[in-house]
Amino acid sequence: MAFDETKHDYKVIGTRPVRPDGIDKVTGRALYGADLSAPGMLTAAILRSPHAHAKIVKIDTSKAEAMAGVKAVVTSRDFGLPEDQDLRDTQDNCMARDKVLYDGHAVAAVAAINAQVAKAALKAIEVEYEKLPHVIDVDDAMKGDAPLVLEGRALETVPEGWSQNVTNYCEFGHGDLDDGFARADLIVERSFKTGATHQGYIEPHACLASMGPDGRGELWCCTQGQYMVREVCAGIMEIEASQLKVTPSEIGGGFGGKTTVFIEPVALALSRKAGRPVKLVMTREEVFRASGPTIHSSTDVKIGMTKDGTITAARADLRYSGGCYPNGTCEMGAQAAFAPYDLKAVRTYGWNALTNRPKEISYRAPGAPTAIYAVESVVDEMCQKLGLDPVDVRLKNAADKGTKSSYGVTFEDIGLKATLEAAKAHPHYTAPLGPNQGRGLSCGFWFNFGGNASVTLSVNTDGTVNVTEGNPDIGGSRASISMIAAEELGIGYDRVRTIVADTTSIGHSDTTDGSRVTFTVGLATIKAARDAKTKMCARAAALWGIDPEAVEWVDGAAQPSGPNAGKFPPMSLAEIAAVSFQTGGPIAGHHESNADGAGVSFGVHLCDIEVDPETGASKVVRYTVFQDAGKAIHPDYVEGQLQGGAVQGIGWALNEEYIYGEDGILQNPGFLDYRVPVASDLPPIDTVILEVPNPGHPYGVRGVGETSIVPPLAAIANAMSRGAGVRLTQLPMSPPRVLSALMAKG
Amino acid sequence: MKSIPVSTTVNGDAVDFVCAPGETLLDALRNRLSLTGAKEGCGTGDCGACSVTLNGRLVCSCLVLAAEAEGAEVGTVEGMADHDKLHVLQQSFLDHAALQCGICTPGILVASKALLEENPEPTDEEVRYWLAGNLCRCTGYDKIVRAVQDAAAKMRSA
Amino acid sequence: MRYATPKTAAEAASLLMEDAARVLAGGTDLLVQMKSGRLAPETIVDIKHLPGLRDITREDGGFRIGAAVSGAEMGEHTDLVAAWPGVVEGVNLIGSTQVQGRATMAGNLCNGSPAADGVPAQIAAGAVARLEGPEGTRDVPVAEIPTGPGKTSLKRGEFVTSIFLPARPERSGDAYLRFIPRTEMDIAVAGAAVNLVLGADGTVAEARVALGAVAPTAMEVPEAGAALTGSKLEDPAIEAMVDAVRAACKPIDDKRGTVEFRTHVAGVLAKRAARIAFARAGGQA
Repeated sequence: MAFDETKHDYKVIGTRPVRPDGIDKVTGRALYGADLSAPGMLTAAILRSPHAHAKIVKIDTSKAEAMAGVKAVVTSRDFGLPEDQDLRDTQDNCMARDKVLYDGHAVAAVAAINAQVAKAALKAIEVEYEKLPHVIDVDDAMKGDAPLVLEGRALETVPEGWSQNVTNYCEFGHGDLDDGFARADLIVERSFKTGATHQGYIEPHACLASMGPDGRGELWCCTQGQYMVREVCAGIMEIEASQLKVTPSEIGGGFGGKTTVFIEPVALALSRKAGRPVKLVMTREEVFRASGPTIHSSTDVKIGMTKDGTITAARADLRYSGGCYPNGTCEMGAQAAFAPYDLKAVRTYGWNALTNRPKEISYRAPGAPTAIYAVESVVDEMCQKLGLDPVDVRLKNAADKGTKSSYGVTFEDIGLKATLEAAKAHPHYTAPLGPNQGRGLSCGFWFNFGGNASVTLSVNTDGTVNVTEGNPDIGGSRASISMIAAEELGIGYDRVRTIVADTTSIGHSDTTDGSRVTFTVGLATIKAARDAKTKMCARAAALWGIDPEAVEWVDGAAQPSGPNAGKFPPMSLAEIAAVSFQTGGPIAGHHESNADGAGVSFGVHLCDIEVDPETGASKVVRYTVFQDAGKAIHPDYVEGQLQGGAVQGIGWALNEEYIYGEDGILQNPGFLDYRVPVASDLPPIDTVILEVPNPGHPYGVRGVGETSIVPPLAAIANAMSRGAGVRLTQLPMSPPRVLSALMAKG
Repeated sequence: MKSIPVSTTVNGDAVDFVCAPGETLLDALRNRLSLTGAKEGCGTGDCGACSVTLNGRLVCSCLVLAAEAEGAEVGTVEGMADHDKLHVLQQSFLDHAALQCGICTPGILVASKALLEENPEPTDEEVRYWLAGNLCRCTGYDKIVRAVQDAAAKMRSA
Repeated sequence: MRYATPKTAAEAASLLMEDAARVLAGGTDLLVQMKSGRLAPETIVDIKHLPGLRDITREDGGFRIGAAVSGAEMGEHTDLVAAWPGVVEGVNLIGSTQVQGRATMAGNLCNGSPAADGVPAQIAAGAVARLEGPEGTRDVPVAEIPTGPGKTSLKRGEFVTSIFLPARPERSGDAYLRFIPRTEMDIAVAGAAVNLVLGADGTVAEARVALGAVAPTAMEVPEAGAALTGSKLEDPAIEAMVDAVRAACKPIDDKRGTVEFRTHVAGVLAKRAARIAFARAGGQA
């Protein structure tokens, strides 16, 4: 049988059923990283550096080892030296080898009979440090005389003349910049800085490890990717991947922060040494000091525009620091910066430099928010200066189907203009503003990933279906995958149950990141369902004694594909399943693939803020998100992604940042002073979902998870400029900064 | 360090446990009584994921010593449903998709229940201020407020 | 470590004479400090089982508030809220709803934080703390309890058993405002309490202004109070008061705010609190 590549009359897609893991999560039954215990389990704790940068001269663990109740102590001596450089960096981050590179870097760990003994044992470990000069700010780190975090790590692409801290460099763009700027009526050039933020997931990293001397191990942990954990841990522990079974727990938020390991190899090493299961849970302070916050940035943007609002040339220089190991986040920023615009002359340059901060891990659209914040701030300033409507200017220059993007890709169908037009037509855009209020808007963009996925769809003899997949469910993906399977098979949503499997139960899937799961796993589920349907049609054909090609799948049943095929009543999935043992055995569909065609996603945010002119306090009073979802499988969870991302961006814009002292020590490693938005800070977050189908997916699905964190930074800065008359070029726009700008303005 | 025997009531059941003097009620619930619904998000009273009621009063169980529970009545998320019948708030959170990762959900449900017992008809602003101590990083709180308000309306008309 | 639940004040005082003994009332500061490792008490003295410590009682027309009364309980006490709305709103600003279920006004005072939200309005109110100790009972003005960040004038073995808020004359009102970057859950960057008594003619007869988070302790600024006296909060009086407030500020630069910001905002808050207190006292501009 053949399938239409696209499907339009949906029965399940677009409805809002209750998620399958819902009852577990509202009753407290759902098991997260720290919720599982094992018989004979030990409790582990990690000793961390009190210095921003220091040589480890000596570690003496003898007193701790001698303490009653202490069952294992490990340091970097208990780990091999992986050949792969990335793996070696990850291992070094989990347990420092020669130097500590940031405040909070792990130096030793203990497993003991309980938490009190483990804590006491940490105090008994003696570490001798030789302090080294440190560097925290990216601009400082790039200078030739900066203290070196690591040496010899610059890629060949990095031009000469920078500090060795500069490890990555990139450039993108096309056209003649000089000519473009020469044609401009107005050129604005501004510099911006943004603080490092943290994903702020409420669940600290946690794992339960059990490993024997034979190299066989089991790991239960909260992660965005159990296969990633397996590969990394097997590599660091020098064991075979097949021998390490990794089971993902329910995950209490990730946003990119759980796409690597921080503690899992340590727990495995302790378990191997102690011969007992080991539970290791980070404290909140450890999460802030020693997990993976985002980059902080320093950016210059220069844009030329004619009086009618046409952008003639655009340039951005992006300097990012993602902490103490090399990373290439500048590339994503440099590619995303001008993605919403159709430009004849554009150039972006990106640098990544090492600093004595924790290793950066992805945070929702990594690299994009800081880049687009700078660009969208300058575009807005130009609209103000030229007296142009900010939506009209964006529409005039908007990327569309066929646009050659600033990073080289030619866009297929995209929803940018649709979101801009929806924003302009929305009552919010023209609603009256109160005193001290201003309205801002910004575009946002994210690439979206595809990648590897494995799906098995088992048809049970009672006519129900299990989907087995390998991507941890952060925001409702089991519901979406079940809906896709039900839609494709023509059965009810309640007849499908989707589970996220451990690493031994199904083949590899890439990590839950890049807004890829609904697209990629959904696509694999469609194909696995079609595989199962083909098999079921063949079973029906055999029963009817006709050619399998003469059977088609309609409304959840096999039926002869036309009058010539023969006259047989349709056989439902349940009927075929019930006799499957007599017709050839169990029925399952499979799909394993590396998907491309994820389809980029654009959004526009509209934001009203009110600024207290006497204190610089600002409050978001109205907020509307417009975003292209391609096709919203479960609209509730699409809305949830748009709302959650917007609020994270609001936090980034207004209050969140890593604050360091002169000594390089993190000043605010807790939710008290790392200020994520609380419920009372916010208005309702309204959402408008646009559906411009992604041609790379049979239902038109695009990833939706990340774009929404991108626009708030500039939307709020623009609203502040229009409401309070001050344009801030540094994030967060905390009250002291706003007040000082207000007072300078007079 | 001597362990302390504690007799208390959790979700209506009389329970006994022993704890260390400095042990929190949260640790005792999770590790001594296997009630892992309350979560430790911060351990310092800043996130509310460990919310329980103590003698009817909403508290962070990470800021209560286990020993203080002697003779007290403790309520956790595990006690919200009546056997197989979900509490109105629990059902409302499902119907409104008011959770994504779900780690903050137990604390927010316990806190919301305490709110509606004290104030059956809160304004949105009252809901938001009452829940300000319950951090949610996934939802932006929008659907949570809607779910609480819908549950409140249902409870008023029940 | 041990956990003790004394049943008499004398027993509690004797336990508190031991090394590394700490009082546990609401626990919302103590447990945080234990978690961070800043404090490792040997003896935790839970004072909630002492007689009277969980009660709010009328006394001489005023209120005696037990040291273990939670913020939530204060907020639910209608008469107390009517008489001292500023004191209660200060205490009610401490932490979340959850923290309100436990945190106490006395604990907020004895924690010694310069930014304690519960303290400035107590100082402006002329509140008096009752202490129990090895040498018996003594009464001390609340303003004299904190002596610096994390430090108090309490002697070894002493602890606060109650705080007394005096009777209110007619035409009086108080208010407390603080500035935080978010709407909730932060430590005050600056705070200001104003307590006013109006004369029969509607002008300010007595005024006390107290500040938080702008000096090593919460403190009264007598010059600020004096600037309001005799006025109906006309602009010149307010400006003089704001100047006096800003002149008294000696804040620090830290992760929560700059010197300039704290100083400026303390004046803004004092101005706004004065207007609220004036309105509560029945004043008409």
